[in-house]
Amino acid sequence: MQRTRLFKSSIFRFTLIYTAVFGLSVALPFGLVYETTVSSIDRETNAAIVSELRALGDEYERLGLESLVEILNERSLDPTDRDAIYLLVDDAFRPLAGNILEWPKEPIPDPAWLRFDMQIVEGGQSTTHRIRSQVLHLSGGSYLLVGRDMQQRRRVQSSVRGALGWALALALGIGIPGGIFVSRWVLRRVERMAETSLEINQGDMRRRMPVGEAGDEFDRLASSLNAMLDRIEQLMTGMRAVTDSVAHDLRAPLTHVKGRIELTLRGPRDAEAYRSALTDALAETDRILDVFNALVAVAQAESGVTRDQMAVVDVGDLARDVVDLYEPLAEDRGLALVLSAADGAWARAHRQLLAQALSNLIDNAIKYTPEGGRIAVAVRRADGQVEIEVGDSGPGIPEGERERALERFARIGHPATPGYGLGLSLVAAVARLHDAKLAVGASDPGRKVSPGLKVSMVLPGAAEPMRAADP
Amino acid sequence: MRILVIEDDAETAAYLKKGLKESGYTVDWSKDGRDGLFMATSEKYDLLVIDRMLPGADGLSIVKLLREEGIKTPVLVLSALGQVDDRVRGLKAGADDYLAKPYAFSELSARIEALLRRGSGQAAADTKLRVADLELDLLARAASRAGKAIDLKPREFRLLEYMMRHAGQVVTRTMLLEGVWDYHFDPQTNVIDVHMSRLRQKIDKGFASPLLQTVRGAGYSLRAAD
Repeated sequence: MQRTRLFKSSIFRFTLIYTAVFGLSVALPFGLVYETTVSSIDRETNAAIVSELRALGDEYERLGLESLVEILNERSLDPTDRDAIYLLVDDAFRPLAGNILEWPKEPIPDPAWLRFDMQIVEGGQSTTHRIRSQVLHLSGGSYLLVGRDMQQRRRVQSSVRGALGWALALALGIGIPGGIFVSRWVLRRVERMAETSLEINQGDMRRRMPVGEAGDEFDRLASSLNAMLDRIEQLMTGMRAVTDSVAHDLRAPLTHVKGRIELTLRGPRDAEAYRSALTDALAETDRILDVFNALVAVAQAESGVTRDQMAVVDVGDLARDVVDLYEPLAEDRGLALVLSAADGAWARAHRQLLAQALSNLIDNAIKYTPEGGRIAVAVRRADGQVEIEVGDSGPGIPEGERERALERFARIGHPATPGYGLGLSLVAAVARLHDAKLAVGASDPGRKVSPGLKVSMVLPGAAEPMRAADP
Repeated sequence: MRILVIEDDAETAAYLKKGLKESGYTVDWSKDGRDGLFMATSEKYDLLVIDRMLPGADGLSIVKLLREEGIKTPVLVLSALGQVDDRVRGLKAGADDYLAKPYAFSELSARIEALLRRGSGQAAADTKLRVADLELDLLARAASRAGKAIDLKPREFRLLEYMMRHAGQVVTRTMLLEGVWDYHFDPQTNVIDVHMSRLRQKIDKGFASPLLQTVRGAGYSLRAAD
């Protein structure tokens, strides 16, 4: 299965990266130590050779060849400096003094640094030692060679290399299992999410990602995936409700129209009868279109509006306009429609949809408040939020049914009144679009008979826009 | 008056052609965007009705091309995408009006009339509008009929101004909501009728010839009695 292969290759890749990083972090400091040590040994050795050769040369100039031979013999026997190499030869390269037996075969380079290998017998064992030396051509024709056995440098080199090797082996020994362990641990959580999403894909919409206690990145990812799933489920429930209500709200009136047309066509009728049947059918179609448009508006508020279509608006002004639109209608119905709007209630909003939501609330209030009643619209500002409230003195909605009232198409106690449920569902959808809190309560909870309905929408407030931004 | 309809659906096009011919217009029909664009650029039309969703082309891109060519013929865009934001996009592309499907033919016909008469009626710069003996002074914010002052609320004033600018035409409720309130939705209850009956009370009450007429199944019209 491809998923498993991917999973495995991810472990492989992560382990490789992990080990490489681990190994490098061991190798780099070691390399640095090695390089510093070796080059400092080299520097010191070279300095010692140069200064000793110069001193011996001076000695020769001052005291002559015999004295130099003496000094060399003496130094060759010095047990404290066993690495020192001396050789004095005459112009035919015959040895005169020193602690090695013959002149090296290598030609004398210029500058006179000479590196050569030499067999040294120590404790019955012969080993090849590397010698670094400098040669001075003395004025009498003889050659003086002063050098150092570099065996110690080699030992340091090889011991550092050995340590590096061990350290790397250790790094890999810890790194590879560690890498496997860590990537397994990480990927197991990813894998668990993959399994859960597979289950969700297979139709179990109730499943959720496991969220741990640590609150780490994975938990945050799982939480936000869960929030997304909640939203999707909510939308799907909404869709189901739409389908149900389309079936309910549109099928019945469509059946009526169809029935009426069939009935009219069945018998011979005069022109007037046809005309009246057609007029009826047209009126019915208009009602169907109203329901349809309301459905579209809800769907649009739910998903069709992009954030960039929103602007900072004065909610007080917006409410004033809607109240102004409904004022004559309220007056006709013998209702008092009053507005109290705070100044500077700015909020980021979709002007059309928010106005439509408020218009639906006022519309409903006018529909259900008996004559002589009062509808109060208020826009308030508090704690950086903007509250829009519409309260009426009508029968209200029983406490247990308020939540359901905001669901799409729920028609509480008014099955015969079209548009009621749709109106409130649009309000709920618009509230969601604006990240607003929607609450349904009673205007006057103390009253038994008609406590009234109070709907409030609390939007996040916004700063007053710059004048220049005004169109 | 010549109208070009660019619409791919033959049935809708036939319905539009029939309705518009009955209203007294000459109607040409193109069923795809490319021919439509060619016809619109090569012949003289008074108005274009363009469907938003055409095979192979967005109706709005045709509007854009026309405007880039410097063709200023009024354009009404018809669309199944009735969302507020689509509307804004349509007007931005250079359309003069945007009507969402499904629409009533009376709505379409009123809007076409409004677009065709635009500019021929009272100029936007006029400070006084006049229909028969009804007068509206935009500077003094005052209305009078036959010399008698009429007291109007600010909203009633704007409503009357809109009606007078569209005098003699049928104005639908939706057009009033858009033009006076800038609302692009239909309220659940017909609120416009109440506003209009108030306005009628103020301008027609006590006069023998009513100016504000109700057009059945369509809307309103402000005109001098025949």
